[in-house]
Amino acid sequence: VDTNEVWRDALSGELTRRIRAADPALRSALLREAAREIRITALKMIVGAKAGHIGGDYSITDAMTTLFFAVLDNDPKDPKAPERDRFILSKGHCAGALYSTLALLGFFPRDWLDHFMGPLAPLNGHPNHNKVPGVEVNTGPLGHGLPIGVGCAIGAKLSGSKFRTFVFTGDGELQEGSNWEAAMSAAHQKLDNLTVLVDRNRLQQGRGTEETNGLDPLDAKWAAFGWEVLMIDGHDFGALFDAFTTPHAPGKPRCVIANTIKGKGVSFMENLSAWHHKVPSPEQTEQALQELSR
Amino acid sequence: MTTASPLAQAPTFDCRKAFTERLLELARADERVVVVCNDSVGSSNLDAFLKEFPKRLINVGIAEQNMVGVGAGLANAGFIPVISAAAPFLTGRATEQLKVDAGYNNLHMILCGQSPGIGYGPLGPTHHSIEDLAWTRAITNMRVVVPADPNETRAALQWAYESPGPTYLRVARHGVPEITGAVPFEPGKAKTLRDGTDLTIIGTGITSCQALIAADILAARGISARVLDMASIKPLDEDAVVKAARETGKVVTVEEAVVQGGLGGAVAETVVQKAPVPMRILGFPGFCPTGDVKFLMNRFGIDAEGIVKAALELVG
Repeated sequence: VDTNEVWRDALSGELTRRIRAADPALRSALLREAAREIRITALKMIVGAKAGHIGGDYSITDAMTTLFFAVLDNDPKDPKAPERDRFILSKGHCAGALYSTLALLGFFPRDWLDHFMGPLAPLNGHPNHNKVPGVEVNTGPLGHGLPIGVGCAIGAKLSGSKFRTFVFTGDGELQEGSNWEAAMSAAHQKLDNLTVLVDRNRLQQGRGTEETNGLDPLDAKWAAFGWEVLMIDGHDFGALFDAFTTPHAPGKPRCVIANTIKGKGVSFMENLSAWHHKVPSPEQTEQALQELSR
Repeated sequence: MTTASPLAQAPTFDCRKAFTERLLELARADERVVVVCNDSVGSSNLDAFLKEFPKRLINVGIAEQNMVGVGAGLANAGFIPVISAAAPFLTGRATEQLKVDAGYNNLHMILCGQSPGIGYGPLGPTHHSIEDLAWTRAITNMRVVVPADPNETRAALQWAYESPGPTYLRVARHGVPEITGAVPFEPGKAKTLRDGTDLTIIGTGITSCQALIAADILAARGISARVLDMASIKPLDEDAVVKAARETGKVVTVEEAVVQGGLGGAVAETVVQKAPVPMRILGFPGFCPTGDVKFLMNRFGIDAEGIVKAALELVG
C-alpha cells in the first residue's frame, strides 16, 4: 500500500466515497487500509511527542475508522454544521487515534500532528473542540462523554433533527458512576438516536478491569438499564459497520460492546496494560512500523 | 438596633418567583430555552414551566453529574439550557462537570444554584451552599452572579441568556426587599446603592440589603458609609473597588458564604494589589450549625448588626 496514495484519496474525499459505495468485502478491505494508516500516524505522533496512550488508541482505531469513513454524516469543510452527526470521544486520552483520523479526513492540516502535545500546540493530550476542528467535546476526565451525548440526543429529539450521536467510552471508564446516571437517563428518554461503543479491551491503566473493579456481566448490566446491547468483535469491520448502521429498536439506545485488544496490531503491545501509555523505543518503533505495514 | 433603618421593616419578596417569571418569558420568546433539573421541579419553582413546556423541561432525576452533562449536550445541540438545582448539589456533586463540561468547553449554559448559602438553614451543613462561590469563581470562563433582589435576579437571568458562555447564577430563597431599582444588570459593574466617604461596605445577594441597613445605622452615628452591591462577583468591577478603597480608605465585604475565596477574596485580591487599605471580610468561618437564616446571619455577623460592628472596629 502506498501511504501517500491513502492520504491523497482520504484528503480528497475519494476514499470515503469509495468506502460508502463499496460492497461489504471491499468496504472492509478499504477500511483496513485507512485503519493501518491511522495506526502508523498515531505511532509517529506518540514517538515524536514522547507521550500518548497507544494501547487504547489501537484498540479503538478500527471502530473509529469505520465510524468516520463509513457512517458519520459530517463535513471536514463545515465541521460545526448544525445537522452533523455527533461523535464524542469520552475516553479523551485516546486523542492520538482521533487526531490521526481527523487529519486523514482533512479536518485540519496534517502538519499539526508533528506538534502533538507540543508547547502551545492545538493538539493537546486530550481533545479540545475550541482548538481542533472535528472535535465535538472537550474530554479527558472519564465519565463525561455519555452524559453529554445524552444531552445531544435529547436535543435532536426536541428539535426534530435527524442527526445521530455516537459516544466511545473505555471499559475501565465505566467504573465512573456518571455513566450509569446517563445510561438510566438515555433509556428513560427513549433515545434511539444514541449509540455508545464500549472499548472492551479488559485492561485499565494499572491492570485488568476484572481484577480492579469487575464489570462483567457487562452486557447484562446495559440490558438491565434498558439498552439494546450488541456484543461484537471490535476489530471486525463488517460487524462494526452493522452495529453502527442497523436501525435501532424503537425507543432504545444502543450499546455496542466491542471486544478489543489493547495495542491491537503490534505483537509486543497486544493485551499488556503496560502499553496503556508507554512510548516505544526506536527499535520497538521500527518493529511496530514493520508489523503495521504488512 | 435596626430601627434606625426603614429598610429593616420593608416588605420582602422571593427572588425565585422573579426567576421563574423571567424564565417563562424567555421560553415563550425563544424555543431554544430549555430547563434541566434534578427532581427539583418544586424546589426550583418550575411547576408553571413544566405545565406550559412539558417537553422542554428535562428532569434527569437525582443525578447531578448527568444533569450538567445533559445540559452541555443540549448546548452543543443548539439549545440554551437553564440547569436548575439546589446550589449545594449542583456545585458540590457536579464540580468537575462545571469545570470541564461548562467551563472548559465554554458552552452557553445557565447554571442556577437555588436556595444557596444558608437558605436551607435548619437542614444543616450538608444542605448549606457556602463553598459554591469559591468553587465556581476558580473555574475559567465561568461568570459568577449573585443577585440582591427580584429585580436584579430578573436582569441577571436576562443577561445570562443573552451572553454566550457559562454563568453560575445564585437564586436566593430568603426573602429580600427590592433595593436595586429597575436598572439593567451589567456584568462586571458594581451598583452604588449609597454614596459615602468614611468606608465602603460591599455586599452581594441577600447581604446587600443588610449593608444598606447598616449604612443607615452608621449614618445615625455620624459615619458615612458607601454601599456597593456586587452582584457580579466574576467578572469583578475592579475600578469600583479601587475607587472605593482610595476614596473611603476602608472596605468591609459581606457575603452569605465562607470567608475564603468568594466576594471577600475577590475584593481583597484587587485591594491588596492595586489600592491596599484595611479590610474586613465578613462571612462564615466554616460549617454552620443548625438554625434559620436570620439566626445564622446574626450569629456569624453578616447581618446589619454584624456589619455595623465590623465597620466601627475598622473606622475606630
